[in-house]
Amino acid sequence: MKQDLEQLKEELKYEKTNSCVQCGYCLPVCPTYATMGKETHSPRGRINLVKMVGEGRITDLSVLEEPMELCLGCRACETACPTGVEYGGILEAARAAITRRKKSPTPVRILRNTVFKEVFPSRKAMNFIGNSMWLYEKSGIQKLARKSGLMKKLPSHLGEFEAITPSAVSPRERTSLLRVTPAKGDKKYTVAFFVGCVMDAMFRKINHLSVKLLSEAGCDVIVIENQTCCGALHAHSGELEESKSLAKRNIEAFEKEEVDFIVNNAGGCGAMLFEYDHLLADEPMWVERAKLFSDKTKDISQILVLCGGIKAKGCSQQRITYQRSCHMTNVLKVTEDPLQLIQSVPNVEFIEMNDANMCCGSAGIYNIVNYDASMEILDQKMENVRDTNSTTIITTNPGCLIQMKLGIDRENLKESMRAIHLVEYLAEVTGIS
Amino acid sequence: MKTITSAHLTEIISTVKTGRVLTDESDRFSYSFDGSFGTYLPDVVIQTKSVEELAALVKLANREKIPVYPRGQATSLSGGPLPVLGGMVLDLSVMDDLLEIHEEDLVAVVSPGILTANIHNAAEKKGLMYPPDPSSSHVSTIGGNLAENSGGPRGLKYGVTKDYVIGLEIITPQGELIRTGGRTVKNVTGYDLTKLIVGSEGTLGIITKAILRLIPKPPASKTVMAIFNSLEDAGRAISKIFCSGILPSKMELMDQASIVAVENYQPSGLPRDAEALILIELDGHPSAVIDEAEQVSEVCKEVGARKVRVPKTKAETEEVWKARKLVSPAIARIKPTKISEDATVPRSKIPEMCRRLQEIKKKYNVHLVVFGHAGDGNLHPNIIADKSDKEEMKRVEQAVSEIFEAAVQLGGTLSGEHGIGTMKAPFMEMELGAEGLDMMRKIKQAWDPNNIMNPGKIFPEPGQRLVLSE
Ligand SMILES: Cc1cc2nc3c(=O)[nH]c(=O)nc-3n(C[C@H](O)[C@H](O)[C@H](O)COP(=O)(O)OP(=O)(O)OC[C@H]3O[C@@H](n4cnc5c(N)ncnc54)[C@H](O)[C@@H]3O)c2cc1C
Ligand code: SF4
Ligand code: SF4
Repeated sequence: MKQDLEQLKEELKYEKTNSCVQCGYCLPVCPTYATMGKETHSPRGRINLVKMVGEGRITDLSVLEEPMELCLGCRACETACPTGVEYGGILEAARAAITRRKKSPTPVRILRNTVFKEVFPSRKAMNFIGNSMWLYEKSGIQKLARKSGLMKKLPSHLGEFEAITPSAVSPRERTSLLRVTPAKGDKKYTVAFFVGCVMDAMFRKINHLSVKLLSEAGCDVIVIENQTCCGALHAHSGELEESKSLAKRNIEAFEKEEVDFIVNNAGGCGAMLFEYDHLLADEPMWVERAKLFSDKTKDISQILVLCGGIKAKGCSQQRITYQRSCHMTNVLKVTEDPLQLIQSVPNVEFIEMNDANMCCGSAGIYNIVNYDASMEILDQKMENVRDTNSTTIITTNPGCLIQMKLGIDRENLKESMRAIHLVEYLAEVTGIS
Repeated sequence: MKTITSAHLTEIISTVKTGRVLTDESDRFSYSFDGSFGTYLPDVVIQTKSVEELAALVKLANREKIPVYPRGQATSLSGGPLPVLGGMVLDLSVMDDLLEIHEEDLVAVVSPGILTANIHNAAEKKGLMYPPDPSSSHVSTIGGNLAENSGGPRGLKYGVTKDYVIGLEIITPQGELIRTGGRTVKNVTGYDLTKLIVGSEGTLGIITKAILRLIPKPPASKTVMAIFNSLEDAGRAISKIFCSGILPSKMELMDQASIVAVENYQPSGLPRDAEALILIELDGHPSAVIDEAEQVSEVCKEVGARKVRVPKTKAETEEVWKARKLVSPAIARIKPTKISEDATVPRSKIPEMCRRLQEIKKKYNVHLVVFGHAGDGNLHPNIIADKSDKEEMKRVEQAVSEIFEAAVQLGGTLSGEHGIGTMKAPFMEMELGAEGLDMMRKIKQAWDPNNIMNPGKIFPEPGQRLVLSE
């Protein structure tokens, strides 16, 4: 029994919970504490539950299930924490421990299993999703379904997401990115571009624009073959083994090229890539290689700033606000570069929203799996967005982008407001298309 | 004391019409702790904004002799909200609707769940100031601040929470709603129950509304940082500044251990070999603060400060104060368990207390760090330890006891701001004497004959002693 507990402690990374002094400094920044209004859904509460399991006071791990499931994993609590509690690691370990002990798979898990193990890692499958979305949209089925209101009645509210997912690119247009795009003008760096699976399938245009912006800024851009999903969604859902194997595949793929940086344009993926060394910390064969990889990982905004910024050709009459990607803020700690780029546009009118650092509730697939909780958080976010009177919300992560589009849709603001990726905005103001 | 039966629970659920009654294991565990030590499971946690429902619950508890534990945001460092005997936890942080600033009366009217920082901000917007500034202001509730009579750096010049409360609405342990004080600064009608409730740590009733006094916000401030080779010199500088007719708004001390901890954590260019550093803030009229900053600098130099710095810009000033803010997080990284004490001595005894603390540190071989509000004698001796090391924790317990003894012997007190709760109850008699403590017990019995309101706090059980190892 005692041995079991020791093993469980190990599994849960119990020792990490000891640096939590229960000061509560993380409470005001936690979106789920704000919306759900109880400690059970606060960082301090969640950490305490893990502590209690580690100390043998809670013996049934299912007690932790809901609190852990409803955490966004936005990690704002880490940024607020004065003692440096590694909440991300605690959360991941707890989720993995819960997942391992689950007897019968719930519907959510079945969905996750196919989505995570089969769909995300496969470029082919993601291509297929992209293609079928295009077909679906163009064939008119979408209109019909929308008209009949059928979409609104779909289970899990997939209908609402359907309404805001971007128009998919036609298969012909979806020619893949060039293997090498040389720098325009003097070459400053050689970078490898991380395409990401969701970005690749749903926002390929943004990927194309990213490569062009990088090349324009003076980078040779290489798109490496055999790269795969970053594994973030897996790790956040307790599928640690799966995410480790994806990490290794990426490390191997990117090691093949000599590059200065590995650049991505999705805060969520970026954070995962950046933490490969944490993920593989227990694997001596990999940890050094992972460290090299992590050190090279940068967000596109960092590289553009490093290359001296963008050459804006003036800006249209827009009021801009910026919805930060939580993982960019709290894990990558990239907060200034996107702002610097936005504010470098002549005459730009930029308005910071209140609680700008609060998560929008997208959080990977949280908005699909925990729809109601996510919408409550989104509604709070949209109130702050509304107050800015902006015409454009800029984001730096595909999940946030979809969520912001959904928010605009829910608030009936479509006529006056749009949500775009930072890359789209920068392309717009520099005249790249 | 009874525990809650299913019949009680049914009655509770039917009483709470507008709020929530939480009984799941995950919820109960989530209300079992505070910022100090120990885990105690409540039977039920109740969240409601309705004063009537709360009063009805207290009546029920009083009738059935069920313990009631008021709770704010559980940042207490002394065990204040811990449900040590089970029963009901009332989560009052949900009562966060009322925050009115009445400029003409210079008062704020607030509900207990409002975060103190929100009062600061609301007052500031109208050019006013609510002075009490515990460093936990952005997370703690005003209800908790009132119950603990919290204070902060500004206590030196402006006093603590109790100096700014003029009226309260409370639910008594019998479940009656009463009002004390009012909206006027002057009020001598009968006993001052307001001041009795403030600092009573939730043992005499539940605060459901408060009327707070505000003052005009001082237009300017200036900071002086002085670095000393010896802790004693720093102590002498502090005493001399007071004798020079200047009352700074803040005066904070960092000892060598805290300087080194900060430098190890986030290098800020502080000299590791200095024994002490003091930060002084002056506030008031713009030209007056410039003058006073100069005088203070002179005094520090006379006493032998090795370096005196007056930051010029806002950014520089923030930089200087950042070092002080970093002490807590910096020392928390040395070892996981932080025992944060707040024994307080008369100003003149600061150097002596510092000496005693260094002796205690050596005697018990503990990692002791001293920093805090030097100006008002409220030093924060913090001991950094590892709670899984049983032997070390025993030494810590002994060291903490001796710190309390030293403070009381020097004419000071066990607690300047964090309260007694469960942690310091065993030392009450040492400070108050048997008769003094007995008088307090009688007051408690008169207010709460069934001892249902936050039982297990302030008053020691026979034979109770300090236990830090679980
Ligand atoms: C990092 C850190 C720094 C701190 N710094 C300071 C500081 O500088 N100065 C300082 O004074 N304290 C400080 N504290 C201690 C703590 O923040 C204060 O004691 C604070 O007032 C507690 O407020 P709370 O809302 O968390 O109340 P809780 O901790 O929930 O409760 C505190 C006490 O108040 C009672 N209570 C709460 N609400 C009510 C109510 N409405 N009616 C009746 N009783 C009630 C509870 O029963 C309990 O006894 C610090 C704590 C931490 C963790
Ligand atoms: S801020 Fe950090 S130490 Fe404080 S309660 Fe939250 S996680 Fe724990
Ligand atoms: S990760 Fe985000 S949602 Fe989860 S506990 Fe931390 S702040 Fe709250």
